[in-house]
Amino acid sequence: MTGQPALRVQGVRKTFGDHAALDDVSLDVREGEVVVVIGPSGSGKSTLIRCVHQLEAIDAGAIYLDGELLGHERHRGGLRALGERRVAAQRSRMSMVFQQFNLIPHFTVLRNITEAPVRVHRRARSEAESEAMELLERVGLADRAHHYPRQLSGGQQQRVAIARAVATKPRITLFDEPTSALDPELVEDVLRVMRGLAADGMTMVVVTHEMAFASEVADRCVFMEAGRVVESGPPSELFTAPRSARLRSFLARHHNARPTTSTVESVS
Amino acid sequence: MTTLSAPPSEAFDDVATARRRARPWRWAAGLALAAVAAQLAWFLVNNDRFEWDVVARYLFEPTVLSGLATTVLLAVVAMAIGSVVGGLLAAAQLSDFAPLRWAATVYVGVFRGIPPLVQLIFWFNLAYLLPRISIGIPFGPEFASWDANTVITPLTAAVIGLSLVESAYMAEIIRAGLLGVDSGQRDAAKAMGLTPAQTFARVVLPQAMRVIIPPSGSQFISVLKGTALVSVIAMADLLHSVQVIYNRTYQIVPLLIVACLWYLVVVTVLTIGQRWLERHFSRGHTAATSARRPTVSTSDGAAA
Ligand SMILES: Nc1ncnc2c1ncn2[C@@H]1O[C@H](COP(=O)(O)OP(=O)(O)OP(=O)(O)O)[C@@H](O)[C@H]1O
Ligand SMILES: [Mg+2]
Repeated sequence: MTGQPALRVQGVRKTFGDHAALDDVSLDVREGEVVVVIGPSGSGKSTLIRCVHQLEAIDAGAIYLDGELLGHERHRGGLRALGERRVAAQRSRMSMVFQQFNLIPHFTVLRNITEAPVRVHRRARSEAESEAMELLERVGLADRAHHYPRQLSGGQQQRVAIARAVATKPRITLFDEPTSALDPELVEDVLRVMRGLAADGMTMVVVTHEMAFASEVADRCVFMEAGRVVESGPPSELFTAPRSARLRSFLARHHNARPTTSTVESVS
Repeated sequence: MTTLSAPPSEAFDDVATARRRARPWRWAAGLALAAVAAQLAWFLVNNDRFEWDVVARYLFEPTVLSGLATTVLLAVVAMAIGSVVGGLLAAAQLSDFAPLRWAATVYVGVFRGIPPLVQLIFWFNLAYLLPRISIGIPFGPEFASWDANTVITPLTAAVIGLSLVESAYMAEIIRAGLLGVDSGQRDAAKAMGLTPAQTFARVVLPQAMRVIIPPSGSQFISVLKGTALVSVIAMADLLHSVQVIYNRTYQIVPLLIVACLWYLVVVTVLTIGQRWLERHFSRGHTAATSARRPTVSTSDGAAA
């Protein structure tokens, strides 16, 4: 039970040209844990998520899912990069929700959700469809199953994207600012769905600027700046007693922008 | 509440009662077009040099029809080979392996840069440059070889020449289409665990097709008309078949009209096909697209 973490990020470094977007980042996520990543723009939050999901190759360090090294295999006493198909198979055990939703425009809502279960996980279509309908019911969009993504509002599209992400029963779901592209009045619908997933025990890594959500749902909060993890701990500690000056000033800026996040009160 | 000026009277305005605006310039343009059309029709009907009876006589002449078949077949084959090779070239140009990129760029530059007429004559005379054509390992053993003079007939020269030109143009069209697909779509497909082949075939290509089809339609039409060039290497295409007739009868104008009518018929059919494909691939891309299967109940309040 106290064994290996679901996700282990260990000393990861990622550079774009000579700019280090991630610099010696380490992070463990236990099964069922909700980890929220916060930090200023450009601090490497998206890069971290994309590296975990193997959308970007890392330059140093290692990432493990359930103890299995991602993106590389042992070969003749060293490591070598995996082929794209093997990487795809590793990815299929994780899921990702994007800031811009990225639903497939020529697939209906239902097809977006069933595509991975049917094509990747080889599930029977009828079975995948009935499960997808249950998920749509949960996110309140059952009546939109046969619509195309362009016919939905941003908030609705993001809820479909979340249903798509969890349809494959991933070991871990990664969220990259899922509410940042939404109008304020649509944010709450999406957060409600995410709270429900957290309550069900889904393992989640969430990049967000929604501090109220972070303090309410996160088991652990990670503050990043300039490609490094500066501070991490339970949100109650991090938000009320920040140790570093940088986190203090980050929180101060966010308090000014969002008055609801001043304390650790939960929003119903 | 509102900063706009309120209506002066106590009565409500209702735009449903509004009259249409008069549009005098539209009427003027319409009349001008009608006059031009009438003049043109009068010219076509009353100028007996068109010899419409001759046109009618040769329109379904067997040699003309077989020329038409040759023209259509050549265009279809050149377009098919051109699309496949063009797709491979586009993939090569987008590859992260530099030598492949360079090779594809040179290929496209050369075959798009030389006039098709010159290429056709060149391929037709290939035997001069390369008396024997063989398949084998470069500078190594040969597996098979043929005499160039027997392999390069007008047909093969035409197919090779048109396909090469076509593939260079299609490579550019397909490359632009692939580049036009939002990178978020590739990310999403990968994130779903789709393999590179599935990502390409199911997510990227259908979206690229929206951009690829309109210029490909124009390209198909220009290749169809481009087949007229093969008459210079004595290939019996549509143009060549009417030339053979008017060289004998000297009825040049009516026979050219026969060819024109057939070119227009084929181009019209192609255009209809293109519109159909465009509609097919625009599925889900316009907000107005209706769902394929209507929902059972559209009660809006059910959401969230
Ligand atoms: N594909 C890329 N090419 C070059 N530089 C990149 C690329 N992606 C990210 N970067 C750089 O890496 C750094 C981290 O970017 P990242 O997108 O991870 O930040 P972020 O914390 O997600 O910011 P935001 O809150 O604005 O989304 C930035 O300086 C960015 O410019
Ligand atoms: Mg980001």
